Amino acid sequence: MKNVRKTLTLYCKYASVCVKSAMEYKMSFLLMITGRFLLTFTEFIAIRFLFSGLREIKGYSYGDVLLCFSIIQMSFTFAELFGNGFKAFSGMVKRGEFDRILLRPVSPILQIMGTRFEIGRVGPMITAVITLWLGIQESHVLRNPWACVTIALMISGGTVLFISLFILGASFCFFSIQDTSLINVLTYGAKTHGKYPVDIYGKGILSFCTYVIPYTLIQYYPLQYLLGKSDQWSLSLCPLGAGVFLIICYGVWRLGVRNYKSCGS
Amino acid sequence: MKKYYLFFRLRFAAGIQYRMAAVTALTTQLVWGIMECLAYKAVDKASCGGMPMDYSAIVSYIWLKEAFLALFNTWAADNDLFEMIKSGDISYELCRPLSVYAMWFSRNVGGRVSEALLRCVPVLLCAIVMPGPYRLGPPVSAEVFGLFLLTVVLGLGVTVAFCMLVYMLCFFTISPQGWRMVFTGGVDFLSGHLIPLPFFPAKYLRVAQNLPFAYMHNVPFRIYSGDLAGKEILPAVLGQVFWLLALIFAGLLVWKLAEKKIVIQGG
Repeated sequence: MKNVRKTLTLYCKYASVCVKSAMEYKMSFLLMITGRFLLTFTEFIAIRFLFSGLREIKGYSYGDVLLCFSIIQMSFTFAELFGNGFKAFSGMVKRGEFDRILLRPVSPILQIMGTRFEIGRVGPMITAVITLWLGIQESHVLRNPWACVTIALMISGGTVLFISLFILGASFCFFSIQDTSLINVLTYGAKTHGKYPVDIYGKGILSFCTYVIPYTLIQYYPLQYLLGKSDQWSLSLCPLGAGVFLIICYGVWRLGVRNYKSCGS
Repeated sequence: MKKYYLFFRLRFAAGIQYRMAAVTALTTQLVWGIMECLAYKAVDKASCGGMPMDYSAIVSYIWLKEAFLALFNTWAADNDLFEMIKSGDISYELCRPLSVYAMWFSRNVGGRVSEALLRCVPVLLCAIVMPGPYRLGPPVSAEVFGLFLLTVVLGLGVTVAFCMLVYMLCFFTISPQGWRMVFTGGVDFLSGHLIPLPFFPAKYLRVAQNLPFAYMHNVPFRIYSGDLAGKEILPAVLGQVFWLLALIFAGLLVWKLAEKKIVIQGG
């Protein structure tokens, strides 16, 4: 218990230092947030425009898609905020910074996550909040307390899933010094295309997103319950499965750290 | 002219080095293309054939967009230039007896063409062997293909001329990356990168058509599939020429302003 508290205090310290350093360049910080906000906000407008000519896609209305879009955006933003260090990890290995991290008597994960806490990534959060609000108003979402729990579970499950993917991507740096940005297909791809419930893309993609990378656990299945397409309330517990995925990715990470050979200078 | 051609060659040779990055890019672009094709398939079904573009036209739009991404994207700017301004190496550029604007323009075109050549062939090859409705079809006719090539060149010019304006901004601010991000957000949408412009509701479409961004990849990709045809082609091409000249003129003007007050800060 004491250990957990110590870790959390240290993490908060790391984060506050990062925030302070970002605040040194206020203009740059504001522009970054505006830019990232615009990038996602235009995506929202695109959905709106697309729906101006039709009422629903495969049984999902405009509001339903917005809800799905906002949940994915929010999870991804949280994941980027906390897990940004793993995204920048290949650079750390190349520059030999990881050696330094290993020498310190604190968990490497804490250091990686703490030192790259980038508050400038919260821009999309504005879009996510707006679309979540609009989505709840205009969709067929169930109106009961359990629906709130489901949305919260989806967002936290999504955050865990994306962080797991970042960890998995970072782990590849241990096995190959080649460019390892291939993982971006799985992270950015899910963020971009996850705005529609995955069954829109057909059976093949649906099974890929269930059995290979379990995106459906945080998106498709809980959404079925949330939008009243299925009566099984247990579907809303699916996002908990992201925890299992995190454990698997963490296992790969541990394996990598054990194999680590320094190559930086 | 020959010196500018050499700058083009240099950047081209540097760009062709990164092969692993190309594999990554190919995978990304294929995934993006397939997912978008599938999404529009669902949209097509939902709207019962009432879409503002034919499905086959959308498919070729998507594949061309993925194949020639490097030519028309506004976010992958030439980072060397930002670095030069930040580090002060820009002073060497200023010493050369050449037009800085023309030099950077040709560098930028060279970087884009080399990247696009490396990346378009595999994407196009995959796109023409896709099953059934997801296949990239041939252009409607030979003349259309000629027009497509012409408008690609003009569109590339408009894109680069716009990027040059953004580069020029670096001389007036210390946070160029932030500004670039803000522009990218808007341009991506207004140029029809997120959704093709015909999907815009009429009154927004009218606004978009009066901006330079509609004359980047929107024109050639829609000409290719025959979505933009007949009488509509001439104004589109003229629009491209107009914006190309206007943006170059604006860029040169801003450069003249920047040149006067330039302060080298780096070592």
